[in-house]
Amino acid sequence: MSVLLLTLIILIGAYAAGLVGSLTGLGGGVVIIPLLTIALHVDIHYAIGASLVSVIATSSGSAAAYVKEGITNMRLGMFLEIATTSGAIAGAIIAKFLPVNYIAILFGLVLIFSALMSLRKKVERIELRKSELAEKLKLNSSYPSGDQTIQYSVNNVGGGFLMMAFAGVMSGLLGIGSGALKVIAMDGVMRIPFKVSTTTSNFMIGVTAAASAVVYLQRGYIDPGLSMPVVVGVLLGAFTGSKILVHSQSNKLRYFFAVIVTLLASQMIYKGITGSL
Amino acid sequence: MKNTKGITDKDIEQLLGSVLRWGVLLSMAVVILGGSVYLYRHGNDVSDYATFKSQPDFTIQFKAIIGGIFNFRGRAIIQFGIILLIATPIARVFLSAISFVAEKDYLYVGIAVIVLAIITVSMLGGFGG
Repeated sequence: MSVLLLTLIILIGAYAAGLVGSLTGLGGGVVIIPLLTIALHVDIHYAIGASLVSVIATSSGSAAAYVKEGITNMRLGMFLEIATTSGAIAGAIIAKFLPVNYIAILFGLVLIFSALMSLRKKVERIELRKSELAEKLKLNSSYPSGDQTIQYSVNNVGGGFLMMAFAGVMSGLLGIGSGALKVIAMDGVMRIPFKVSTTTSNFMIGVTAAASAVVYLQRGYIDPGLSMPVVVGVLLGAFTGSKILVHSQSNKLRYFFAVIVTLLASQMIYKGITGSL
Repeated sequence: MKNTKGITDKDIEQLLGSVLRWGVLLSMAVVILGGSVYLYRHGNDVSDYATFKSQPDFTIQFKAIIGGIFNFRGRAIIQFGIILLIATPIARVFLSAISFVAEKDYLYVGIAVIVLAIITVSMLGGFGG
């Protein structure tokens, strides 16, 4: 295949990945990697490198808007970035030694888990119990909702920190944003309002991915010819998705995408087990 | 929140938002420019990404990338754009550190410095080999 043709195919595929990633809240990375490896037979290391770069672009792009709205908890994000960036380096180191098949299987499992997470009902609850550590770290905050300001508290700081370190390892190992794991850490463990946990998770994804991207770059896993259509396509797709999301939030559509993503994931796991990747 | 010397969390949020937006836009412009040069020169080559091969220096080593830009090599320009993109969230952490100094929130100056230190270790720790 000529470089020009492959670039065009990847550009279209990446656009679709960014769109689906944005509509489902899964992120572009988890969709582009199976697309590159299964459909286009790209080496998984190249796919992971290209995906990491696209993850930085989409998360920084959308974080720019969220931060200005004042929903993101900057202090909480900065504090937890200690965990995610350390984890990301560990993940990038593990990636060098873990056989490709195991990476594919693990990727498939995380993908299925993320798809299930995207279907779950989002119930907004506000926790006002004060934790001493959260108080000391000035993590408790408030966010604007309509014309009022909602106060909330952060709980179980230690547990959330550990969960974030794990999310960081997965991000560095698989080249994804680990948004689903980050939201579990904040929403499930630290009991933060859903709006705050999704925007703050998004805020942290860029730095987390950057921490492992500098390792992947030196290792030669970030191929410019491949990363170029991936990052441009995913970013444009995600941008389109963010515009659509405002108008329609159909449940059927989300189930449809979750099924597709699960099929992709099963394919990754199958290829990993049979060693045909 | 706290309001010392006129700098508030609100100001930091606006600054960081702008840095992120312009960082992404600038790096994308560079990537697209490099991509056009690359496709113009190599569009008809046969592609092969099926197995991992080591890459030319002008896409891995920083000095060689800069050299490649002056030789107008498409892939070196793309890679420079990607480095700008990777630098964007790191610049965000750096600027928040400075903003927290202005806000006199030294706890968070410390936390931002720790995050920067971790990324520096990742960059210079020789994990790439």
